[in-house]
Parts: sequence; structure tokens; C-alpha cells
Amino acid sequence: MIRRISALLLLLLLPVVAFAEEAVTTFTLDNGMEVVVIEDHRAPVVTHMVWYKTGSADEPVGASGVAHFLEHLLFKATDTLESGEFSATVAANGGSDNAFTSYDYTAYFQRIAADRLELMMQMESDRMNNLRLTDADIETERQVILEERNQRTENNPNALAREQFRAALYQNHRYGVPIIGWKHEMEELSMDDVLGFYDLYYSPNNAILVVAGDVYPDEVQALAEKYYGVIPAEANLPRRERPSEPPQRAERRITFVDPRVSQPYMTRSYLAPERDPGAQTEAAALVYLAELLGGSSFTSALGTALQFETQTAVFTGAGYGGSSLDTSSFGISAAPAEGVTLSEVEAAVDDVIAEFLDAPIDPDRLESIRTQLRASEIYAKDDVAGLARRYGAALSQSLTVEDVQAWPEVLQSVTEEDIKAVARKVLNKDQAVTGWVVPSAEDAI
Amino acid sequence: MMKRLFLAAAATLWAGIAQAAIDIKTVTSPGGIDAWVVEEPSIPFVALEIRIRGGASLDEPGKRGATNLMTALLEEGSGDMSAQEFQARLESLAATLRFRVYDDTLSISAQYLTENKEEVLGLLKQALTEPRFDQDAIDRVRAQVITGINSDAKDPNSIASAAFNSAAFEGHPYGTSMDGTVESVSALTREDLITAHRNAITRERMFVSAVGDVTAETIGGLLDDLLGDLPAEGPPQPEDIDFGLDGGVTVIDFATPQSVALFGHAGIERDDDDFFAAYVMNQILGASGFESRLMTEVREKRGLTYGISSFLVPKVHAEMVLGQVASSNETIAQAIEVTRNEWARMAEQGVTEEELAVAKTYLTGEYPLRFDGNGEIADIMVGMQMIGLPPDYVVNRNDYVEAVTLEDVNRVASELLDPDALHFVVVGQPEGLE
Repeated sequence: MIRRISALLLLLLLPVVAFAEEAVTTFTLDNGMEVVVIEDHRAPVVTHMVWYKTGSADEPVGASGVAHFLEHLLFKATDTLESGEFSATVAANGGSDNAFTSYDYTAYFQRIAADRLELMMQMESDRMNNLRLTDADIETERQVILEERNQRTENNPNALAREQFRAALYQNHRYGVPIIGWKHEMEELSMDDVLGFYDLYYSPNNAILVVAGDVYPDEVQALAEKYYGVIPAEANLPRRERPSEPPQRAERRITFVDPRVSQPYMTRSYLAPERDPGAQTEAAALVYLAELLGGSSFTSALGTALQFETQTAVFTGAGYGGSSLDTSSFGISAAPAEGVTLSEVEAAVDDVIAEFLDAPIDPDRLESIRTQLRASEIYAKDDVAGLARRYGAALSQSLTVEDVQAWPEVLQSVTEEDIKAVARKVLNKDQAVTGWVVPSAEDAI
Repeated sequence: MMKRLFLAAAATLWAGIAQAAIDIKTVTSPGGIDAWVVEEPSIPFVALEIRIRGGASLDEPGKRGATNLMTALLEEGSGDMSAQEFQARLESLAATLRFRVYDDTLSISAQYLTENKEEVLGLLKQALTEPRFDQDAIDRVRAQVITGINSDAKDPNSIASAAFNSAAFEGHPYGTSMDGTVESVSALTREDLITAHRNAITRERMFVSAVGDVTAETIGGLLDDLLGDLPAEGPPQPEDIDFGLDGGVTVIDFATPQSVALFGHAGIERDDDDFFAAYVMNQILGASGFESRLMTEVREKRGLTYGISSFLVPKVHAEMVLGQVASSNETIAQAIEVTRNEWARMAEQGVTEEELAVAKTYLTGEYPLRFDGNGEIADIMVGMQMIGLPPDYVVNRNDYVEAVTLEDVNRVASELLDPDALHFVVVGQPEGLE
């Protein structure tokens, strides 16, 4: 949930592989704060990020949206900075700054000329502990997040539908609650909710510093010790244990009706394993599965069958994001062509899945995807801020630097058997929600 | 990805407070195609950007949407390859080709690994010169375009744009969506697409940049091979048009909890001597970021919106100052009132020395940070060529910003901004607005 203008972290984003050879240095400060330095000396620019290993899925029951609300409020006054002075100072130094909240993390970043790194650390470390909120801040900024919810969700029938489907997919885990919060709970968020969350979680032993760009590890270490190293660790930081999903035993189906929908479509989300420390093979196989089933409309199984061999759908897709602390999801979607019903398009999707499970995988397709994943490592080297995000997200979701660096090779090693095995395990309707999105009840046929 | 700037004359100049610079080499191919090149061999791939002026504004009368549909079909089969064969080959080469069309521009972007250069450029040439426009591909993509048109008809932001543009630019291509209407797109024939292709993809008004593992020495031959077979000239572009919408408020009823407002009036040309003063002024008024007056007044102080912004829109045939804001149906009237007041305050009182200094520091500091990847640099370079800027603009641009005085900004603010001329198109069920 980025603070200004951007898209929500999407369920269906594919993870991009990291490059194992980049110059990455890691160390840990005495107070427990992890540090990752990624060197890229092509340009005199630095990306400075602090990631808190706390997101919306760590919120107390009844206070949904507080992680994101706090993210907004971190731009208000501290002991030494006036409200708004943080961003104003970054801008006055020619940089840009922002923040984002997801289920598993909350992150703050600045992108600026490399010689301003110390000023960024000074201000970012200040707001880890020294926030000074007023009642007026709470009142006004709560209106802002409610308008943000209006803009992202209430005004967007597809977003409202996704929220309903996700709430049904997760029967016990907080991944079923929207990052921005349920509206009725957002309206009640108070100073106490915010400060309780802040005091507990905004601590060096719950944070990761990622500095990427034209910097050297020694210099970053000296500055990190000076600004972050002096902040005491939080002794009461709770262990990160979340409720897990019970065995899911029954298919769930939802029809979402909203007159603002123009094109009916169906989606299905299955619970799916995520990347885990030292165990990323299933997740890697799911990356291939998403590509094979619905990655490219020209070459994927769904695209070929529903958009080329027949004219059953106008759009098809599949997606999987393996970056998640807890159980992730695998999604497919299809929008029926003119004159085709949702029942018909869903039956066609199910036929494609059944056939995929039975038939061998075309070796050319497999090699093509393998080549694209390998190439994406080369393209990714061009985006050092992207590398910074990759490490920050992975480390806040329990992976290690070694896992991040092993991931490209894990992807390259995926076999047809791996893909078939994970497909049989994941593509189980008892662990899935099938959603129809329609403009009127009459279209739900 | 910033390196020394290297002009054709081999002068070395330095850009930006971050002391960053890029080597820009200007090249004219043996066949007469101009290109800007930045050699960056450290990563083995190339970003190639091609722009052709004209775009959707070249649609012939009654054929609205033809250029858009044609452009979408360039990746749907060419030469002896069907759509699926073409895409499968491209995927196996891990390359990206992207064809997009805008009001006045057709845009071609390619990203490819050095090792696959010949084959990818061969595919790109085939797509540009031998598109098949197979009937099954036409029908498939037409259905997707129509789905998009129908979605826009139920999207508040799209409804607002359509209403605003049709009132501001009646009778001009800017007045209608380049996607066309369901009726116009349904009626397009294969012949219409062939005509649109002949009109829109020509060497006239073409701009090229390449960044990455490529050299200035080899790019000329490469471009002649790729583009030399295209027609030399295209049809004339449409005439310029004056912004034709008077001040006021138009409400379009749409059942949704948050109203969206698109607002604006006539603007300033990109090559106007006062453009930089206007640009700095808009940075203070409502450009992206937290520091603008509109964000401060509408969001930070009053909590009326998640985001509000204003921007200069110097198009090829018309100029506007535009803005947008979204607020609950109950509060949009107040958001509009505050916006209008800020427009008036800026026009009447201008900015302070301190505001000007802060805006300049931001703009000059932020500029070098834009050059942070092969694709980004290629984009910037092709954009500069399209508005007639020389390569050393990247060095001098911050001086242009620094040269803007308080008097310039305040004079331009009073000349450009007119709260009474502002027209707001509001889509939603706003309270207190007629």
C-alpha cells in the first residue's frame, strides 16, 4: 500500500529472479538490525530502505489497516522534525521518498544522490523511535486513508470482488483481511491502536536496512552503527507466529454482482506453497506452472485453447507470487467471449487444466520459459533499486541472502516432474475459491 | 547508468549536481535515419526506442480506432508466421517488442540480448513491414479492443476524460478516444488496417535512440536494414486546435461513492520562452509529490483526498494545464473550492522566494536520478528528439531551471492560470454541485 500513487502489491505478480553475482554484503548490528549493502557504482545514486518485518497480517484483531495507517503517519512530526519536514528535506536535496505496506512488511525508502546517505539515515533512524503524533494528525490522516480506500477499492468493482474472494480463500490466516483495512475498522482506528503497533514493532531488532547503489560496505557500516546502532532493541518483540490455515475441505464459489462491471469474468485462487528457507523448489515449479497455463496468451495452454483453437475467451491468464511469509496462492482467470457464458468458459478452463495434468509438457515450451527466466537475470541487473526491493522483501519474509542468491539456479533446475507434482498438489478445488464477477445476477449463468 | 556526455564533436560535458553524465553520440545512417546512441556495454542487452509522429491522429474520417487496432495487430502475425508462431519465437529469444499508439505518436520499443540481436531485429522488421492482418487475428483483437471500450464506459476516470476532451476539442482527433467507438471499430475492414499501416509507419518524422551493448559505428547499418524499406513519407498531420472549453462545472451522474474530477484550461507550448517558468510554477502548485500547495491544502490539512495533482500538457496540436482529484461524494465540492482558491492565489500572489528555491533544488537534484537504466535513458533521449531538443540539453537543462526568476514565475502564473476559466468535469454523485 504505497503512500502516494501506485498499485497495490498484486497477488499475481511474478517474482523476478536476482543475479547471484552482484556485489552484496551483509552484516548485523549489535542491536539485531540486519544490513544488506548492494554495490552498483555505475551512477552516483543510492537507494536507502528500511524494512520492518511487520505488515497487515500482524495486526491485532479488530484494527485492520493500522499497519498502513501508521505508514502514513510516519511522515508526521518527530522530536526533531516538523510534520512533513521529512519529505520536504528529501525533496530539497533532490531526492524522492515514499513507503509501502504489504501483508508481511512495511518499508520506507529514499532515492537520492549518494553523498546524502548520512542525512537519510539520520532522519530514518529518528522516526524509528521518536514519532510525536497529535490528535489532529490522527483525524486528518484517517480521512486520507479512507479516501485512499475509496479510490482503490470502493470505486473499483474488481478490487471489491478481489477482497471478497481473498476473505474466503483464507479461512483462518490474516491474509484474508485487506492490507488497507476493512472500512468499518479503519473508521475506528485510534491513537492507541497506532502507538501500540509503533512502540512494539518499530525496533531495530525487527528491521532490515538495505542500501543499494554507489556506496561501499565499510562506509555504510560506520553510518549504520552511528545512527541505527544506538537504538535499543525491543525486548518484548513477539515471536512471529501467525494462525495457519486448517485443512480446507470444500470448494468455495462466490458471485460478485456490481453494475459498474462491464465485462464478466471468472477467477480462481488456489492456496499454494511459498518460497521457504532452503526449500524453494515447489515455488520455482509454480512459476513455470503459471507461465505454462496462462503466462502468454499466444503460447500458454489457456490462451491457445480458449483464444486461438476456439473463441471461448477474450482474455485468459494465470499468476503466482512466491514471495510470502506464509501460504501463498495461485490464480487463474478468464473472460468469456461474446455469446459465451461463465459456466461455459469455466468448463473450458477446467478442461484445459485436466488435459495439462494428463499430457506431457512440450519440451520447447519448457526451454523457452527457462531461457526467459535466465534472461530476466540479465535485465534485472539494470535496476539496482529493484534488487534492493528483492532483498528487503525476501529477508522480511524469512528467506536468507543465500536463498535469494540460490533462487535463479533453483529456477533453472526445475524439471517437468517438479511441475507436474506441484500442479497435482495445488490445483485442487477444495483448497480454492472460484469467483464470478458480473454486472447483474442474470449474467451469472 | 550515467556516464560522461560525449557529443558528436567529442566534447565532454558534465550533467547534474550528482555529477552524472551520459555519453550521447548522434548518428545519421547511410540511408539518412538519425539516431542517438549511448554505449553501455557492461550488461549484454540493448534498449531500442523508435517513435513516429502521427499516431492515432492520422485516423481517416469515419475510421476512428483504425491506427489503434492496426498497432495492436503488429505482434499478431507477419511474414510467414502466424501470431502464435511469431510470439513463440520471440519468447524463446527472451526479447520484448512493444507497439503502442498515442494521440500523436506511434511507439516501438525493443529490448533484446546482444547474442540474439540479428534474429530479434529480423522479427521486428518483419512485424513493421509485413504484418499479415489475418482475419482471425483481426476478429480476436477487435473483440479485446471492444471489451476495453465497454469498460471505459463504466470507469469514472475514463468517463471524465471522454467528456472533457469532447467538449474541449470538438471536431479534432483529440476530441474522441483513439480506441474508437464500438460502432467504428466493428466496421473496420482489413483494407482500413492496411491503409492505417501505410499512413502511420513511415520514415518521415521518425526518431530513434539506442542504449546498451551497441555502438555508434554499427547502429547506422542496423537501422537501415531495419527501417530502410518503410515508406519515406506519410500523410499530413491534423491542424492545431484551440482549447474550446469555458470555465464551469459539468456533473456526470454515476453511481459510485467517490467522485472523480478532471479539470483544466488552456496551457503553454513546450517551445515557449516561458515554459521553464511555467514548469517551475506548476512544481509548486500541484506537481507530483507531497510538497505542492494542492497536496498541502487538499490532502495534508483537510484530508479531502488521497491525491491531487496538476500538470502541464503541451501536446502537438494544443496545450492545456490539467489537474485531477478524487474525493467522496460528500466532500468533492469542498475539494474543488479549495483547488479553485489555490489556482486564484497562485495567479494573484505568485510564489515566495523560498518556495522557488526549494522547487529548484528538487528539480535540479531529481533530474540526474532519471537516467537510471538503459530503457529509461533510451526513453528520455527519444523524447528529447521529438520536441527538438539538442543532446547537450541534458547538460544545460538544470541551468534553464536555475535561470528562472521569481518575476518570471509570478508573471507566468498570472498570465497562465485563470480560476474563472477552469472547467471541472465531475463524475459521481457529488453533493452541492450542479
